[in-house]
Amino acid sequence: MAKNRSAVHLTIFGGCLFLFPLLARWISFLEHYVDVMVFVGIYSLVAVGLCLLMGYAGQISLGHASFFGLGAYVSGIITAKYGVNPWFCILLGMVVSGGVAFIIGAPSLRLRGHYLAMATLAFCIIITIIFNESIAFTGGPDGLAFIPGISIMGYALDSVVKYYFFVWSVVLMVLLLCLNIIQSRVGRALRSIHGSELAASAVGVNVAKYKIYVFVLSAVVASVAGSLYAHYLNFINPASFDLFVSIKLLIMIILGGIYSLWGAILGAVLITFLSYEWLHYFGEAEVMVYGAIVLIIVIFLPGGVVSIPEKVRSLCRGSKLKVEG
Amino acid sequence: MANCRTYWHNGRTGTTGITGLTKNMEEISFSSQLLQYAITGVTIGSIYAMVAIGFNIIYNVTEAINFAQGEFVMLGGLVMVFLRVAVNIPVIFSLPLTIMLVTMVGILLDRLAIKPLSKPSVLAMVIATIGASFFIRGAAMMLWGKNPFDLPPFSGRNPISFLGAVVQPQGLWVVGFLLVVVVVLTLFFDRTILGKALRACAVNPSASSLVGINVKHMVLVSFALSAAIGALGGIVITPISLMEYDRGAMLAVKGFSACVLGGIGSFPGAVTGGLLIGLIESLGAGLVSSGYKDVFALLLLLFVLFVRPSGLLGNAEVSKIRKF
Amino acid sequence: MKANRSVGKGAVCLLAAVVLATFILIPVVQVSAAEAYKVGAVFSVTGRASFLGDPEKKTAVMLQEEINKKGGINGHPLELVIYDDEGDSTKCALAVRKLISRDKVCAIIGPSLSGLSLAVLPEAEKHKIPLVSCAASYKIVTKNPETGEQWKWVFKTPQSDSMAAEAIYTHMKKHGISKIAILSVTTGFGASGRSELLRLAPQFGMTIVADEKYGPKDTDMTAQLTKIKGLAPQAIVNWSIGPTQVVVVRNWKELAMTNATLYQSHGFGSRKNIELAAGAAEGVYCPLGACNIAEVLPAAHLQKKVTMEYLKAYKAKYNEAVSSFGGHAWDALALVTKALGAVGSDKAKIRDYLENLKGFVGQHGVFNFSPKDHNGLTKEAFQMVVVKNGDWALTD
Repeated sequence: MAKNRSAVHLTIFGGCLFLFPLLARWISFLEHYVDVMVFVGIYSLVAVGLCLLMGYAGQISLGHASFFGLGAYVSGIITAKYGVNPWFCILLGMVVSGGVAFIIGAPSLRLRGHYLAMATLAFCIIITIIFNESIAFTGGPDGLAFIPGISIMGYALDSVVKYYFFVWSVVLMVLLLCLNIIQSRVGRALRSIHGSELAASAVGVNVAKYKIYVFVLSAVVASVAGSLYAHYLNFINPASFDLFVSIKLLIMIILGGIYSLWGAILGAVLITFLSYEWLHYFGEAEVMVYGAIVLIIVIFLPGGVVSIPEKVRSLCRGSKLKVEG
Repeated sequence: MANCRTYWHNGRTGTTGITGLTKNMEEISFSSQLLQYAITGVTIGSIYAMVAIGFNIIYNVTEAINFAQGEFVMLGGLVMVFLRVAVNIPVIFSLPLTIMLVTMVGILLDRLAIKPLSKPSVLAMVIATIGASFFIRGAAMMLWGKNPFDLPPFSGRNPISFLGAVVQPQGLWVVGFLLVVVVVLTLFFDRTILGKALRACAVNPSASSLVGINVKHMVLVSFALSAAIGALGGIVITPISLMEYDRGAMLAVKGFSACVLGGIGSFPGAVTGGLLIGLIESLGAGLVSSGYKDVFALLLLLFVLFVRPSGLLGNAEVSKIRKF
Repeated sequence: MKANRSVGKGAVCLLAAVVLATFILIPVVQVSAAEAYKVGAVFSVTGRASFLGDPEKKTAVMLQEEINKKGGINGHPLELVIYDDEGDSTKCALAVRKLISRDKVCAIIGPSLSGLSLAVLPEAEKHKIPLVSCAASYKIVTKNPETGEQWKWVFKTPQSDSMAAEAIYTHMKKHGISKIAILSVTTGFGASGRSELLRLAPQFGMTIVADEKYGPKDTDMTAQLTKIKGLAPQAIVNWSIGPTQVVVVRNWKELAMTNATLYQSHGFGSRKNIELAAGAAEGVYCPLGACNIAEVLPAAHLQKKVTMEYLKAYKAKYNEAVSSFGGHAWDALALVTKALGAVGSDKAKIRDYLENLKGFVGQHGVFNFSPKDHNGLTKEAFQMVVVKNGDWALTD
């Protein structure tokens, strides 16, 4: 039943995504939104991975912008400077990020709560400094420009709409993978760790193994997103992968609804559109309005945006009960 | 501002004309250099320590990290600049006034962002304080603009020479105020009912509410107190580093590092952590590489965490009970 | 079945929300004369590079008002569409693409940062739209550093960092300085200046004894300066912007290092900085464009008139001192306006006109563009200036 339902969700979601650019072709105002939606897709990828780690396994990470950045820089440096095939670089980026996540994760994931937050935060700052300082490779704070685009078997993804379909198919694939993981043994193990690590290990769950597993998985997904980002924007700089991006990702999954992968995607839609498009109308008061929106959602929608339908339903049901009573 | 020039009395201005260009500088010995790094490290570290203390006060009551802590420091500096320079109120009055105003902001933060949370999980509180920090930063930008501001130092700008190194008078004020904060807080937590109630909340909130302590009220007090300390930090550092609307985030990160290094919740830990991070930054910049100076402090922090998962002076038991 | 219905309901709600949001957020369509010339601008008005974008935006708005008050460009009002990129590359790219696809502007000025200019210049080339950048790096206009080939559609108004470095080194050489230390901030601004200083040092026979850095939000630079003091260089070059460049000056003074002359970059070019240094800036040298030193320029100077006018108007409107960066935006918008007045709003014609424009008197120099030079300035656009009695003073 649960599997069927998520299949239905996925189909509807995929359908809407497919229709959006077609709609945008008719309504010229939406045309620019396709461009924004590409970035939404890229951030959704990172957010889905992070949601698996935080919402399901209960481990906080403030370092995911760095895995995002590692993917982007591996792709960017190797394609721009050595002319290697981008597909190979995406794979290489996944290996590098996964490897780094494994090395960092092994000692870090023994830490709890704020200590884990600090360890990942420190990692994030260190990586940003390395991006900034190794100017010979990364171009330093000015960034790395002229990163080549990507093509599928000779078919160049050279327009916004083409890239849109490419990115969102990757998102749907990753989403499908993660939904499957959640409904499998691994997902149950992760939830048990979130509930209580002690109880989980008492019933025979290898806590350390599963924590590392999901940490590495989310880092690899973030790395793919980073590569897609680099090949789309054709430019990367350290500021796109610093601590503030990590915090932005955190805000995405929490405002979206931390206990649901759909929430992560909703959060990515909300925050990306807010910060890249809608808040522009507030001029310099943008930062203030952004802060206020974050506060309002945390206060009035503790379950995140994803909980709106449920909240509406329970409100309707509540009033019906009263009438009957 | 024009009369600021008179702060300098060492008469060196005359030698910097074209004639002075080719002169060599007076030598500085290696030991004096080391001393200078230490002095600088302690000065910066004291500010980190003050921010870390602010984190601890709120953490002990709510178990959450208040990401708006850095904004209190920023506000302290900017409000003080406004009162001292624009309104021209003497330090002795403007300093407590500034602290009071920023404390009000702390109280508002609790009332408007923390108290309304229906399910006050740690994560929700962290995000609420992040949202609040954006709001405060944005408001400060609207009020003060984006340019940095200067505050005249409390006792002039003439540096004091000491064994070949120099001490900025304001640096002494920074360290002095850290000492005052430590002493006052120790007395407050040991001697007053309010302080004891706060400590009780830190140990066990539900048990404290059983014995009649209003925990929500204590959360308010903790926010007010840490806002006051943050403001003090901002006031004393502004004459050294200037202050502008977006400096809070960096100070919050450094203060949080100090707080974790010492062990979250521990006041001696916060002071140790802050001073250690300041010293490593300064020594690292001077002796190894200034580009990577922040990396050294963070690597030490990671090392400490991997060896002692609850920080240098943190309580392992406490950190085990608390989960995210 | 029930699940499906609720999903359907959810989808309807979502659709309704999207439609509603779209209508609410459609920008107010500006009803202006149909023949208004539309120029786009992307500046880092807020965020980490606001010290660049803030004066740039203010200047551009001021200039637009002035032009429209005078009846526009040949009767066409000038419409300026300004976006804030917050120093974020994604936002900057989105803004430029929006200017091209939605706002349909005929030329773009900005971005403020070199990195971001490099990020968006392929867009300008692809859509064949003139882009006049307000950022310094020579890479922005140079397509091929070996042949000196320029990007077809990209121009820039600020002097290259290499010109500032050359001006500083020339001055040092004249005064017998050869042993120097470099300090720079770890942002794009500092890194670019630092790399030029390192690159040009051998040409001028400079020995660099220390190459120190600090973060843009650091509180104190005493440690870096103490290390430099131990190495006893004859001069220090500091390349930064914002509060740190003032703190460096103060620390330099406190450590009694005034025997090692302090050179600042052109980022120091605002009177506000002298004021903030509280007297410590006496004897600091820096290379500045005419725009920063309008008041001390001789009356016969070619740029005296434009710079004085700008300085007075800016001070009157915003009550703050001009900086180098506002001047760059002035130059960029004034160039585009001149092109619009001469050839109308055809993009290719604007480009061709700019490429062949000679003797344009701007805030930062006299621009002489050519197909081989899309910057149009020479190192004479920088003047070495010293801080004397709390004000700029010309020096040889």
